[in-house]
Amino acid sequence: MTIVNVVGAGLAGLSAALELGNAGVSCRLVSAQASERAQSVLAEGGINAVLDLMGEHDTLREHYEDTMRGGAYLADPNAVWGLVSDAPLIVRRLADLGVPFQQEHGAMIQRNFGGQKKKRTAYVKSSTGKVLVSALVDAVRRLEDKGVVTRAWHHELMDLELADGACEGVWVRDTHTGALELLGGPTVLACGGMGGLFGNLTTGTTTNTGNAAAIALARGVELANLEFLQYHPTTMPLSVKRMLVTEAARGEGGRLFALRRGEPWYFMEDKYPELGNLMPRDVVSREEEAVLKDPSCGGQVYLDMRGLSAHVWRTRLSDLRDEVRHYQHLDPAKEPLPVEPGIHYCMGGILVDERHRTNVARLYAAGECACAYHGANRLGGNSLLGAIRGGMVAARTLLDEDVSAQGRTQTRAAVSADTPASTNASLQTNTNDVERAMQKALVGCMGITRTQQELEAGLRSLEALPHTARVALARATVACALARQESRGAHQRSDYPHTSDDFRRTTVVRWQGDQPSIEFRALPEPRKEVPQA
Amino acid sequence: MRRVLEILRRSDAASQPHWQSFLYQTDDEQATVATALVELNEQDELHDVDGALAEPIMWENSCLQKKCGACAMVIDGVPRLACDTRLDSTRHERIRLEPLRKFPVVADLLVDRSVLMRNLAQAGTWLESAAELPAKRWDVAYEASRCLQCGCCLEVCPNFSVQNAFGGMAAMVPLARLLSEAPADQRRALAASYASAVYGGCGKSLACRNVCPANIDIDKLLSRSNAAAIWHRW
Repeated sequence: MTIVNVVGAGLAGLSAALELGNAGVSCRLVSAQASERAQSVLAEGGINAVLDLMGEHDTLREHYEDTMRGGAYLADPNAVWGLVSDAPLIVRRLADLGVPFQQEHGAMIQRNFGGQKKKRTAYVKSSTGKVLVSALVDAVRRLEDKGVVTRAWHHELMDLELADGACEGVWVRDTHTGALELLGGPTVLACGGMGGLFGNLTTGTTTNTGNAAAIALARGVELANLEFLQYHPTTMPLSVKRMLVTEAARGEGGRLFALRRGEPWYFMEDKYPELGNLMPRDVVSREEEAVLKDPSCGGQVYLDMRGLSAHVWRTRLSDLRDEVRHYQHLDPAKEPLPVEPGIHYCMGGILVDERHRTNVARLYAAGECACAYHGANRLGGNSLLGAIRGGMVAARTLLDEDVSAQGRTQTRAAVSADTPASTNASLQTNTNDVERAMQKALVGCMGITRTQQELEAGLRSLEALPHTARVALARATVACALARQESRGAHQRSDYPHTSDDFRRTTVVRWQGDQPSIEFRALPEPRKEVPQA
Repeated sequence: MRRVLEILRRSDAASQPHWQSFLYQTDDEQATVATALVELNEQDELHDVDGALAEPIMWENSCLQKKCGACAMVIDGVPRLACDTRLDSTRHERIRLEPLRKFPVVADLLVDRSVLMRNLAQAGTWLESAAELPAKRWDVAYEASRCLQCGCCLEVCPNFSVQNAFGGMAAMVPLARLLSEAPADQRRALAASYASAVYGGCGKSLACRNVCPANIDIDKLLSRSNAAAIWHRW
């Protein structure tokens, strides 16, 4: 009997294990750390689903349109339609698993979130990710007790084992003993985004290294849209990382301002009267960048939460208030909070189709490591949804397609025979000095607004570094940003300031010879049932 | 700011532990023990206070903002999260770091906490059918969902050891969530688990109350869980 590998035990991995286990298929849940340490626990604001609990006549079509528009029309329309269509059932299932979604007068409520006109985000204070993980960990534990899910604790991904264009398994290292082991079987990668390429300048965890994407690239797996890097508009510097201030702060009424010639200027409300502070994150971060560069604005943006009611602070954001008081020694109910844009999420990653298949047979990807739903910019509240739905769909596809040996012949696209000299040495983590140089080059050219000159300089610095899988991934990322000669969503080029229809295509990157090779691939045609966005 | 970190080191479980000290200097007033460990390990070569070349310091970390529980260790004798312990919280120049003592040591400050998961599996911490959460139990379910499974509570517990069945507060908190929303047909089984995994073994020292890095309201969860599981007041 085949055992399926699920690599990563955050929400996407837990969701895949739950789906496989409930179908009676044996699954090995591999993770470097316990699920409680996964980046999913840092997700704060909530999960989007059209439940229409707030009397606003919300519809699937609107969730679809908001997601497509928010992603600057670069997401796979069929995948997004599937995402929004499954969302209501996913949230109800989570409630059945014991997630205590926020209630008022005994009934579940939803909140506003960026880029969406209706209250569509189900939540638990500003600790939604943590509470979801707690419920899913228990649900998966039930399957562990039945013996259908086994845990490979403290094991990290080292390599993929491919043969004849199909995934035969994964090489993992026991971080406690150092032992290397090949775990055979079809594999779902659910190991988080590649924010770790940017070191401690992100809101993420230290375990989201990006190594999975680097290994995948080295082994001929196609990656996509690596240029789309989400800068979250409200982060604060913390020692050795950035700390997120949830978008829910604005969803509940928080306002961004700067002191222009000494007077408060609520710039988002001035410029975008309809959605104001709740414009999609790419837009808000861009506006903040402009304000920060404006000499009359004092070089600082503030988040003003002084207008929030005591009821909102007590019932919905008490955890955020505690956190800000603890780390910033400031009470956000009484004083404006200095904030700035910070690297938060990778829209790009391992390219999957709407059924979460990669270009390699028997290899699937879900969660932030996959490029699936978010196009050029992700809406808040869609990442928890995408992670859970992605794990579920990857597992279902795998169940449909594979599980037995017959899957081995179902290669959809040949894996490049021309992968880099991918000995284990080249997959090794960078030495500290190479890692630092790589981060410096990336940070220097992958800001909110980019130019050809900076990107070319960044690429040259990266090419001068020793060849490792991580450096190759960094080169591929910059190459994507160079190739996209337009501005769209989270990818803004001052030398190509307009959005171009010619570039309404997926940036697909693979490693060829000794360099990244880029192709712009047409988006899938929407199926009949999918609305016209 | 200048601090000397004295770290109880061993390269593996079998080797003899020894103290090794590292000098860490920073201008960052927010710097924590975690900051120091990250930055020491990022040096091209790590040297101890005597100038001797040292291996990177093994420790577990992930979120670095007290939301994941990875970096729990014993700091100046108290179980805490390294990311939640500012270097300026003590005026002493020397800070002692030791691994949590209730778990098997893997190397340096890294321990194997898998017993936490084994205990929860033994206690049957899951729902067999859909949760039934009454509005008046919402705050218990939320509070109990916040447990980091870091193990700090077990470090100070006089009754917990990896050998016995008592799961300590690290088992009580997840059970409190399930008890708050258990469907009627699972209440008896969960109550029995609670009685054996928590209630029967707890000597009520409540030392755990003061060390939880998530500040979980242990009193509230204990009294509610006792009411349900022991006194059958659901």
